[in-house]
Amino acid sequence: MYPFAFTKASDTREALNAGRRGGRYIAGGTTLVDLMRETVERPETLVDITGLPLREVTVTERGGLRIGALVTMSEAAAHPKVRTLYPVVSEALELSASAQLRNMATIGGNIMQRTRCTYFRDVTAACNKREPGSGCAALHGFNRTHAILGTSDACVATHPSDAAVAFAALEARVHLLGPDGARQVPFVDFHLRPGSTPQREQALRKGELITAVEIPALPRPLRSGYLKVRDRQSYEFALTSAAVALHIRGGVIREAKVAAGGVGTVPWKLPAVEQHLLGERPSGALWSAAAAKAADGARPLQHNRFKVELLKRTVERQLRVVGGTK
Amino acid sequence: MSAELPEFDVPPPTGADESSPAPSRRTFIATGTAVGGAVVAGGVIGGTIFADAQEVSAAEAPPSSRVSLTVNGTRRTVTVDNRTSLLDLLREHLGLTGSKKGCNAGACGACTVLVDGQRHNACLTLAVRLEGAEVTTIEGLAEGDRLHPLQQAFIDQDAFQCGYCTPGQIVSGVGCIQEGHTGSPEEIREWMSGNICRCGCYVKIVRAVGQTAGRK
Repeated sequence: MYPFAFTKASDTREALNAGRRGGRYIAGGTTLVDLMRETVERPETLVDITGLPLREVTVTERGGLRIGALVTMSEAAAHPKVRTLYPVVSEALELSASAQLRNMATIGGNIMQRTRCTYFRDVTAACNKREPGSGCAALHGFNRTHAILGTSDACVATHPSDAAVAFAALEARVHLLGPDGARQVPFVDFHLRPGSTPQREQALRKGELITAVEIPALPRPLRSGYLKVRDRQSYEFALTSAAVALHIRGGVIREAKVAAGGVGTVPWKLPAVEQHLLGERPSGALWSAAAAKAADGARPLQHNRFKVELLKRTVERQLRVVGGTK
Repeated sequence: MSAELPEFDVPPPTGADESSPAPSRRTFIATGTAVGGAVVAGGVIGGTIFADAQEVSAAEAPPSSRVSLTVNGTRRTVTVDNRTSLLDLLREHLGLTGSKKGCNAGACGACTVLVDGQRHNACLTLAVRLEGAEVTTIEGLAEGDRLHPLQQAFIDQDAFQCGYCTPGQIVSGVGCIQEGHTGSPEEIREWMSGNICRCGCYVKIVRAVGQTAGRK
């Protein structure tokens, strides 16, 4: 680990000042400290933001839910409002990492997580994300766990977060605060596809701070849930996953929110699947036909071809579980 | 009850002391670890060899910070290199070697301690961030000679073989029981999945946690 200066911000203004001068924000630190030890991350200054007042979960005026950036994963997952209004978020969080890590890691940090691509983490390997222009060792390397959607010739790394998949499905908004004031970014625009600049991962401006993730109000009753498929039953990243939320009234699907994880370079929203469901009556045939569109546009690599079929089956299964028909 | 210990500066890690006639097992292992660490830190990065941590500190003192925290009921004030993890603070500087370094990457749980009552991975916790924190390690669970019920349960259930993961398993189990995630063996397994046991003692670990939770 390289030496770094350390400062703790006592309020938001202090944090933003330090951020403007190039300081790197640290909350739970579960990704950042790990990557600093691998010398993948080399911040000169760490700014501890855990003293900031961003720890609330509140119901918004319009009936949505605002989760403060410093709420830990375990606090968010256990929060009664999250559990009752958006089970898909609780489930995604509780299927992530371990109890220890969830006690440390925060919601803001969770969506800032960096990829688990082994070549990214190995400073001796070529990686355009870590070292722009050095190439991508994963493209023709051991790429079984890599992305099939949203990839480019420069990068095929998956986004590792489960909670972000649930947030993407629910069309959350990321609240940001920067030197120029506050703004909101739609969740699906927050993470950037790699293109030719895989080192740019989020639509953040210099020194900007995530203050909250806001889930919009959705019509009730809303049924939702998260399915995660992985190499072992617990404490493992997704090979594929599906976040599904459905509002069914009068026997007809009125709202459908679907996203997938483990397959995309960013949390992967599935508008084609959603469109196929809207206005239809739940049935096994419908789930199957909608899920058939889940891997549209996929570009599998040598070792992850299986993800194309696995993704469709993951989405179909979760539509069936949430939709409640055979 | 907490006793105030005098402040002390944490000395930089020392290398092998060749004048020692017979290194203890711990000195030997510590030296080996330091050498191993230097090899990693001094690896080839982007085609250039950079100085390892100790060379950097020789040239200019790396940034350090003073932090006061409570460890197993005792107040400690230390000045640490900002890079020091809570795990290294405990093991290398405070002599509390019960918490183990397995992966040093948050993947195995051998370093699990309680920070303000919640189980955390000490390897991913920077010590400088713990101002005012209360840390409980495996050494802090027993009351004198009386073992914590979960420590006793691990003996009763024969829940370990080599024992390396055991301190982390037990502290994590204490957290798991406090959190109330012990309703069934399946629930215990899921909520203890952050602790890996290479000997494969999971069945008995689950029993030990269940036994202790049932008594409460």
